[in-house]
Amino acid sequence: MVAEPPSRGRFSWMAALRSWLWTRTGALGKLFNTTAFKLTLVYLTVFALFAAFLLGYFAWNTRRLITEQITRTVDAEIAGLAEQYNQGGIRRLVFIIDSRARRPGSSLYLLTTFTGDGLAGNVGLLGEGVLEHSGWTETVYRRLDDAEGIEHHALVRVFQLPSGFRLLVGRDLEERERLYDVILAAGQWSIALVIVLGLAGGFFVARRVLHRVDAMTETSRTIMAGDLTGRLPTQGSEDELDRLAVNLNAMLERIEALMRGFKEVSDNIAHDLKTPLTRMRNRAEEALRTARGESDYRAALEGTIEESDELIRTFNALLMIARAESGQASTPMTEFDAADSAHGVGELYDPLADEKGITLTIDAPTPTPVRGNRELVTQALANLVDNAIKYAGSHRTEGMSAEIVVKAGVSGDRVLLSVSDRGPGIPETDRAHVVDRFVRLEQSRSEPGSGLGLSLTSAVAHLHGGELRLEDNEPGLKATLVLPRIGPELPQPSE
Amino acid sequence: MRLLIVEDDRDAADYIARAFREVGHIADQAPDGEEGLAFALDRQYDVLIIDRMLPKRDGLSLIGELRTKGIETPVLILSALGQVDDRVKGLRAGGDDYLPKPYSFSELLARVEALARRRGGRGEETVYRVADLELDRLSHQVTRSKTEIVLQPREFRLLEYLMKHAGQVVTRTMLLENVWDYHFDPQTNVIDVHISRLRSKIDKGFSQPLLHTIRGAGYMIRDK
Repeated sequence: MVAEPPSRGRFSWMAALRSWLWTRTGALGKLFNTTAFKLTLVYLTVFALFAAFLLGYFAWNTRRLITEQITRTVDAEIAGLAEQYNQGGIRRLVFIIDSRARRPGSSLYLLTTFTGDGLAGNVGLLGEGVLEHSGWTETVYRRLDDAEGIEHHALVRVFQLPSGFRLLVGRDLEERERLYDVILAAGQWSIALVIVLGLAGGFFVARRVLHRVDAMTETSRTIMAGDLTGRLPTQGSEDELDRLAVNLNAMLERIEALMRGFKEVSDNIAHDLKTPLTRMRNRAEEALRTARGESDYRAALEGTIEESDELIRTFNALLMIARAESGQASTPMTEFDAADSAHGVGELYDPLADEKGITLTIDAPTPTPVRGNRELVTQALANLVDNAIKYAGSHRTEGMSAEIVVKAGVSGDRVLLSVSDRGPGIPETDRAHVVDRFVRLEQSRSEPGSGLGLSLTSAVAHLHGGELRLEDNEPGLKATLVLPRIGPELPQPSE
Repeated sequence: MRLLIVEDDRDAADYIARAFREVGHIADQAPDGEEGLAFALDRQYDVLIIDRMLPKRDGLSLIGELRTKGIETPVLILSALGQVDDRVKGLRAGGDDYLPKPYSFSELLARVEALARRRGGRGEETVYRVADLELDRLSHQVTRSKTEIVLQPREFRLLEYLMKHAGQVVTRTMLLENVWDYHFDPQTNVIDVHISRLRSKIDKGFSQPLLHTIRGAGYMIRDK
């Protein structure tokens, strides 16, 4: 039979104890497991050790001091007595010792012959062999005048007088021991108090922290379960947990916005891409059913390709809006001249405007440096000009010259890129939602376009930390791309 | 023209290869990055068409490897990623042109032919000639039948690009990218208006038109 290694046995026993403790204590165990409580324990241990060391040192030093004082007193007395002996001989010494020994609270005295017979003094009993050799000894003793006959401790010195007499002088140690005991007791009490208070404090702090963390955990669970509107509780106390909660809430805010955008995009894709897809499918089906020759098939196929190209274009625009709206950090930002962009776009659209009988004026006389993505800003501006030409050209307001002004300028710390036309404009009530995806006002249904131009422009403005402003040009529309000069502000973690 | 198509989507690769063969080119196919590298190192091609996301070795690393081995064959990158920064990354990695998916075959063909021609070296000529139309790249003078035609700077660059690729189809996107340096898709076909302006300047009053519209593809300048 092979004996099981004892260590393994002990281990499983300990594990069993642990699990028992765990199930028995439950919430308490959770409390003991908190960082706050563990930290408290560590501090408590360090503090208790420190207190113990301090008190120990104090006690030891006090004891040493008292001993030193006794030694000095006894030395002085012996010196004095020896002097008396030298001057007046043994008779005088006996006389002096007798008179001193009778004083209350006096030192211990014993004068003996070389054989050990007592001549004078107040010591009745001594430890064995104390008198045999001179020097310092700690010994038990009993005073002659002590009726109860209790043994005490004393520190004594034995001194050899020249003619064989021995002189013993000592002092009681009771005072020293009592002080020592008092200090030790105080030490024990204070350490016990430190431990109790520390544990209670740790318990309290841990419970408080645990309570708040539990609240946070609870909220984050509901958020994870799908309720993105939930927010972590904050107390406004600006402590570290509150700051964490505030920052996490800001993060949740962002996630919620992203999720909302994502949902919107997928809804729109589902809705607005299905329609042209269905149309395309119908056209193909119809061609299969009714076509009477190669030219019919060809026409149907060409129509299909055209429509799929349009779909791809819409899809690209949607993706781009989504990317711009999600504020992708990967969009490269550089310093470029917005006036240059205005001239470029103006030059690109000038022939088109001209063809429609519209005067396209570029008002960007001075360089207007701005930090951003040149490509996206130019595209946004091109969208605005495209729109202006589309609407100002075909829905011209009576009696107004068809003029579009593209303007680049600076206002404070913002760069303004505006496109003003004399078309029908956008009614004030529609301005807010016209930037939504696929929104096309009734009057523009007849124009080609996906309804994504303004959404894209608005998304680009937001990506740069700016906005798209739509105003009345009296008559007409003034669309302004407002961009911060230094580019988008990077989100800073709040302090 | 001999082409290598490195594309892991078998159907797409077959389709492109077939279409290239139909117009008279030779097209090899490789299904992954490693095989593509082996083919490109082994044989001489005029243009490499490389998909960006490939198994075993991705497109950009394949191009980098070829360039470090001193193979300067023009590369056209195909990619489902069509954003500005993706294109910049692709071109920086050593690609010569970038075409986001989905693309039309006519666009791909036009770009591949432009790349192959670039290698043929018309870029160094100082005077481009198509029939009796002449464009002097140094003096910026354009004449047709010895009569000077006054062009705006942008019109000049447009004509220069078209004549550089004389006899080849040039798509609207290629014009927008190369003449205007814009990589987005304007909602209205603004390029058409620019072309018709240019056309009125160089073709008006001449019996033989040189600037042709190729339906469903783009434009071409050519004799006859």
